[in-house]
Amino acid sequence: MALINLKINGKAHSVDVEEDTPLLWVLRDHLGLVGTKYSCGIAQCGACTVHRNGEAMFSCITPAASLTEDEITTIEGLSEDGDHPVQKAWAEVDVAQCGYCQAGQIMNASAFLKMNPAPSMDEIDEAMNRNICRCGTYHKIREAVAMAAKSE
Amino acid sequence: MATLTKTNRRDFLKIAGTTAGGLFIGFNWMSCDSPKMEVLSTEEVLANAKNFNSFLSIAPSGDIVIYSPNPELGQNIKTSFPMVVAEELDADWSRVRVLQANLDTDKYERQLTGGSGAMPHSWERLRKAGATAKYLLVAAAAKKWEVSADELNTSEGIIYHKASGKKIGYGEVANDASLLTAPEEITLKDKKDFKIIGTPVKNVDNAAIFTGKPLFGLDFYREGMLHAMIQRAPFGMKIKSIDDAAAKNVTGVKDVITFENSVAVVGTSTWPLMKAKKLLNVEYEPDGKVESSADHDEIFKDLLANGKAEVKREDGNVNTAFKNAAQVVTAEYQCPFLSHSPMEPMNFFAHVEDGSVELIGPTQTPESARGAAAEVTGVAPENISVEITRLGGGFGRRLRADYVSEAVHVSKMMNAPVKLTWSREDDLTGGAYRPSVRYRFEASLDAEGNMTGYKLRGVGMNAGNSTRENNFPSGAVENLLIENVNYNSSITTNAWRAPITNFLAYAEQSFLDEVALAAKKDPVAFRLELMEKAKANPVGGELRYDVDRMIGVTKMAAEKSNWGKNSNVKQGFSVYFSHRTYVAQVADIEMENGTPILKKIHVITDCGMVVNPTGANHQVRGGVVDGMGHAMYGNLTFEGGLPTQTNFDKYRLIRMKEVPAVDTYYVDSGFDPTGLGEPCLPPTGGAIANAIFSATQRRLRSQPFIEQKEFTDLNLGIKRA
Repeated sequence: MALINLKINGKAHSVDVEEDTPLLWVLRDHLGLVGTKYSCGIAQCGACTVHRNGEAMFSCITPAASLTEDEITTIEGLSEDGDHPVQKAWAEVDVAQCGYCQAGQIMNASAFLKMNPAPSMDEIDEAMNRNICRCGTYHKIREAVAMAAKSE
Repeated sequence: MATLTKTNRRDFLKIAGTTAGGLFIGFNWMSCDSPKMEVLSTEEVLANAKNFNSFLSIAPSGDIVIYSPNPELGQNIKTSFPMVVAEELDADWSRVRVLQANLDTDKYERQLTGGSGAMPHSWERLRKAGATAKYLLVAAAAKKWEVSADELNTSEGIIYHKASGKKIGYGEVANDASLLTAPEEITLKDKKDFKIIGTPVKNVDNAAIFTGKPLFGLDFYREGMLHAMIQRAPFGMKIKSIDDAAAKNVTGVKDVITFENSVAVVGTSTWPLMKAKKLLNVEYEPDGKVESSADHDEIFKDLLANGKAEVKREDGNVNTAFKNAAQVVTAEYQCPFLSHSPMEPMNFFAHVEDGSVELIGPTQTPESARGAAAEVTGVAPENISVEITRLGGGFGRRLRADYVSEAVHVSKMMNAPVKLTWSREDDLTGGAYRPSVRYRFEASLDAEGNMTGYKLRGVGMNAGNSTRENNFPSGAVENLLIENVNYNSSITTNAWRAPITNFLAYAEQSFLDEVALAAKKDPVAFRLELMEKAKANPVGGELRYDVDRMIGVTKMAAEKSNWGKNSNVKQGFSVYFSHRTYVAQVADIEMENGTPILKKIHVITDCGMVVNPTGANHQVRGGVVDGMGHAMYGNLTFEGGLPTQTNFDKYRLIRMKEVPAVDTYYVDSGFDPTGLGEPCLPPTGGAIANAIFSATQRRLRSQPFIEQKEFTDLNLGIKRA
């Protein structure tokens, strides 16, 4: 066990976990931040996506101990009241079906738009290809990313 | 004309006779408060609200709580059911908040997500629930103002008396209204007067979903609960020996326990259990058939040739028809096993105490969850509670309660509240799969290209009846024989979104394409000819489909897709009836520099009245994407009783870049609404395969397409039009 200091959503946290514990499980089991989802555990589906210094990262394969110097943002910290342009676009387009993957989709989209504020549709497809939606909401995800890009 | 429906008095009392307080409390975090509603918390609203029936309560503030009884897994029932209640109530939708009801079959009768059956089952009872409450509210206002109820109107939660100019909110008369006796007969609205039904209403859980609130079973936490993960035996095997020493040594592991054929690691958080499970050394030995996919292929061939078949339908005499045929077309189609793979893996919370069990989690059938707990513990069902969380997908997997039983076993043995979590690998290897099926189709044609005979023989792995013998083209062919052979596999199978038809529709619609081309007829015209025949003079006994509605979607598909009118667009047509809904699809492949590019799928749906257009579009597109994804990529193979693909690196699910445009249209047939969770999936594989044939002359007779030899050098591109 090791004491790991993390900065998540602007707040300092200290957790006592095994050193190899992925950030995902620190968030979910130790900090009660369950908006970040477990689905594949091997960086294939993107449900666990969070921001590391503003960039999208798979939290399921990244040991928390490797992130002590970083600013981590989860879906809970993306905005104060769910009013990040990407969240607003997601609500406007009514993207979700079951909703399980959507936090990861939103975190990926928001990191992507920060890097590329005016993407082409092909660039949106490319960026969002790393997140799986089993319900098949891809058309609406695409529409919502484009809408958020316009509004930012 | 407004419909006057006779309410069954006893039935109504059962709905109306709710006890105040406590019974409906779902998770407080499952409420759907939009910013507008934040004046009162849902608890505050509930504390003062009057129950009118099982579906709704109205608070003095005018806030309305509508209970949604059915599990929500993305089919949007938690939004569309309350819309129906609110419509007949004439509620102000912005004052409605929706709560997931717990299991209570006395009140709700059918709390099940499966078979696309919720809306057809509940349509009338939801309307009555809203209309009856409105009647009582109006009656209370009439009494208060000493006028006749006939003189009053309602709109958006307010009752108006035009003559005097008086008005009053529902909340202000809710108490008086709740004391009145419900009418035996209730007038429902004329559909043309609907203000909420038929308008796009957003998912009531959007705000919670998009901000990461704990909604799903896997998000559930209770102080002091233990976590558990389970190692399961390969299909057809049993435990021979267990060495759990290394697993027990992992920090955070409390115990390793064994029940039935399972070994559970129990601890204080999830990650140590994932590690400990890998350190378990469990030896297995055969306990039945230990199967592999290669064996299945041989078994299919043998059973198609020699298997003892059950005759499902026989019209006319196929032997004569085939003997006299000018031409015979024969083809075989095969599909693999598939995993459901919902994004949220299986999980459940169970707390077994002396004489009671508390269950919380994602299930498509809470009643089965209760049954499973009763079986494991011997506790009477009335002492077992089930709270239904939002489901991170289901696709049929959560119709089984195997994972609920497991959670109950562990809680009972550990004497503690337990949350069981399956890993993705557990989900793929411990599944209850879409069965593998092989079909042989044969058609006889006369010299004019009329289909005089049709034979279908299906062989399925635990598929039950692998045919749908009273569906099209039955009724349209003079001589027809439909047979089924079932093979008992040790691999667990289960309903998978649009059971059986998820593959049968593709196989049948591809084969009918083959027959049409052999008959030198246009594929759409060929099918319409058959449908007209079934309409004019239906052959044989029972038919499940309404041929007019099938013709309706077929003709509209040809019109909307400009069928056959653009020589650079190679098209594939497919039409299928399932789960009371009619769907026709046309896939468009455009040739770009000699390369076929799949650009668009046109979807024409007749599901009767569309309750929520935005939700309907979700189900239509989602069904098409799902149908396409699994037809193209889905494949689960077995080796020694275990799946070869154990995670999403090998088990391919469709992704963003692989999705063409999907255009949606609805036939306004005037019928009451039917379900949409499944029916748009079955036709998609056929539409795509037929378009691929049209573009490349390659016929894909097995799924997944990408693994067929005909597909390897096709270079099929996918781009949204």
